[in-house]
Amino acid sequence: MRITFSLVFGLVVLLWAGGASAQEAALQKGKQVYDYWCATCHGEGPGKPGTTALAAKYKESGLPGLLEARTNLTPQSVRFFIRNGASIMPFFRKTEVSDADVDAIAAYLTRPKPAAPPVAPQAVRP
Amino acid sequence: MAVLPPGVSQRDFSAAIAQFQSAVGKDWVFTSDPDVALYRDAYSPAWGQAEERLASAAVAPDSTEQVQQIVRTANIYKIPLFPISTGKNLGYGGSAPNLSGSVVVDLKRMNRILEVDDVRHYALVEPGVAYFDLYRHIQEKKLNVWIDTPDPGWGSVMGNALDHGVGYTTSQFRNHFDAHCGMEVVLANGEVMRTGLGAVPGSKTWQDYKYGFGPTVDGLFAQGNYGIVTKMGIWLMPAPEAYTSGTVSVAKHDDLIRLVEMVNYLENLGISNGMPGFGFALGAGGGRGGPGVQPDAQLAALLGREGGPDIAELERYAAANNRAFWTCRLQFYGPKTVVAAQWEYAKSRLAAIPGSRATDGPSYDFPLTPEQLARVQQVAFGVPNMSIFSIGARTERNPTPSSGHVWFSPIIPRTGEGILESQKVLWQAGRDAGIPFNRFAMPATYYSRAFIYIIGIPITRNVETDRKNRDGFRQLIKVAAEHGWVEYRTAPLYQDNVMDTYSFNNHALRRFCETMKEAVDPNGIMAPGRSGIWSKRHPRARA
Repeated sequence: MRITFSLVFGLVVLLWAGGASAQEAALQKGKQVYDYWCATCHGEGPGKPGTTALAAKYKESGLPGLLEARTNLTPQSVRFFIRNGASIMPFFRKTEVSDADVDAIAAYLTRPKPAAPPVAPQAVRP
Repeated sequence: MAVLPPGVSQRDFSAAIAQFQSAVGKDWVFTSDPDVALYRDAYSPAWGQAEERLASAAVAPDSTEQVQQIVRTANIYKIPLFPISTGKNLGYGGSAPNLSGSVVVDLKRMNRILEVDDVRHYALVEPGVAYFDLYRHIQEKKLNVWIDTPDPGWGSVMGNALDHGVGYTTSQFRNHFDAHCGMEVVLANGEVMRTGLGAVPGSKTWQDYKYGFGPTVDGLFAQGNYGIVTKMGIWLMPAPEAYTSGTVSVAKHDDLIRLVEMVNYLENLGISNGMPGFGFALGAGGGRGGPGVQPDAQLAALLGREGGPDIAELERYAAANNRAFWTCRLQFYGPKTVVAAQWEYAKSRLAAIPGSRATDGPSYDFPLTPEQLARVQQVAFGVPNMSIFSIGARTERNPTPSSGHVWFSPIIPRTGEGILESQKVLWQAGRDAGIPFNRFAMPATYYSRAFIYIIGIPITRNVETDRKNRDGFRQLIKVAAEHGWVEYRTAPLYQDNVMDTYSFNNHALRRFCETMKEAVDPNGIMAPGRSGIWSKRHPRARA
C-alpha cells in the first residue's frame, strides 16, 4: 500500500512539474516571439514608436504604454491587433507570425503579473 | 473567396491550388478570406475601394525547387503570380499585387543566410532574410562587417535591393541594388538561372564580380516581372574604426548653390564618404541637416505668409537673428586620424563660401557603447530598428494618427538650383492638389549622384479624403514629370502613371520591356502590370 501511495504521489509530482515546465516553456516561446516581432516597436527605451503611441493613447487612463506591463490584455485582443493592425501598425501574415506564435505571444502578454507595489504614504505629495 | 484571377475558371483555379498544396504542403497555401486579407496593402491608398488591388490566394514555398513547381503550375493554369520577399514594402505597395486575382508567392519562409564572408565583405541570402536577421547573425558570429539598413529593419535585404531601396552608411553601400552581386532566379518558364559569375559552374567569385560575360541582366529582376529571385549576394561594409561629423551652415538663400557644388566635390572625391544631410535652418525640424529651432512668432508669421514665404524677408530675419538659412551635415567613416583630416579639409574648403560657419559634430570610436547607441541615428551605424514608424504614429503632439502613408519620391538634380526650383514648384503643386506640404522640404541624399524627395502622403481610410489624395498624387506625378523629375518607385496603384512619364520616343522603354515580357513569359504569369509592364494575356486596363 505504501509503495502504491509513493508511486502515485511521485507520478502526481512529476506531472505537476511537467505541467509547470510546459507552461514555462510556452511562456519562454511567447517571449522569444514577442522579442523578435513586437519588441522592436513595443519595447522599452527610445525609438519604440509602439510604446510611445500607446502611452499617448492611454495617458488619461493611466495604462502603461509598454505592452509587457499591461494587466488588462486578453488573448482575444492580442490576436485581434496582430491580425488586424492599428493605425500605422500593419497586420502580420501567418508566414511571419503563425497562429501558434500568436497564441504564445498572447500567453506571454496575459500571464499573471505581480501587482504594482502600493505607494508608500510618505511618497504621496499633497 | 472574393476574387479569382482574370480569365481563370473556378475549376482551373481549384486545380492549381491543389497542385500548390502538393508542392508546399497544405499549411502553406492560404485561400480563406481572413488569411488572404493578410496580403492586402496595409497602407493602400484605396482601402476598401474598387481601385484596391487584392490577391486571390497566397502560397509560401520553402525552397527554390518549390518555387519552380509553383511557376510550372501557374503556367499550366495561367495563374498570375506576384512574388514578395517579406512583404514590408509599406508606402510603396506592401504585399498586394498589381493585378487583382494574382496569387501571392510569399517567400518569407526562405529565410536562410547562406554565407557571410567578412574577409571579402559580402553575404548571400534568401528572400525572407530581414535586416534584423542579418544584423543578429553578424553580431552572434562576431563578424567584422556592417550592414547598410533602410529605416525599417524588418524588411528583406533582397527585396529592398530589388525595389531600389536605400540606407544610411557610406556611398558604396547606401544604394542597395548597386551593392548587390549575383542572383539566382526562377524564370517564368520554371527554369533556374544564375546571373553574373553564378552562371559558371564552380565559380569562386559569384559574389565578387557582377558582370560575368555578355549582357548584364540583373536589372530586369529589380522592379521587374521576368522571374522570382531566390538568392542574392549583397556587399557589406568592413567595420570602420571611427566616425566623425560636422555641420556647415550658410547665411543666404542662394548660398545653397555653392554649398551643394562643394559637397558634391567632397563626396564624389571620396573625402566625405557618409551621407550628407541638407537642412533648412529656419524650420522646426531642420530638415536633414541637423536639429532645427522652433520658430518664434515673427518667423512663424514669415513662414506662414499667405502666398508663401518671401525669401528676402526670411534672409533679413536670419541676418537679424544670427541664424543660418541652410545647413549641411557631413559624415565620415574610417580610421580615426583619416576622418579627422577629412573633416578638417572639408571645413577649409567650405570656408570659401562667405558667411559660412562650421561646427564640429559628434565623433565616435567603434564599437559604440550602449549609451552612445541609444542617442544616435542607429541606421547611420548599420543598426536596424523601427523608429521610423513614429512618422504618422500617435504621439502626444499627434493625437490622431494616420493609417499609413504613400511616398511621393521624385528624383531631382543634385544641384542647389535643382533644390530651389523643385521646392517652389512641388510646394505649389501640393497646394493645387490639396496635399499641402512643407515649402522647404529637403531632398535626401541616399543616392550619391541624385537627390530624391521622400514626401509622405497620409492614408486616412476616409473614402473621400483618400480619393482626393489619390487624384492629388497622380497630379503631383504629372507636374513633377513636366519639370523632368520622376518617381523612382511607387505603389502598384500609381505604377502605370509613373511608367507613362518615362515616355521618350513614344514609350520605347516600356515597349522594349513588354516585347521581352512576351518572349520570356508568354503566358503572362509573372507579376502582370509590375512597373507598368503588361502582356497580351493581361493588357493594361486603360481608363
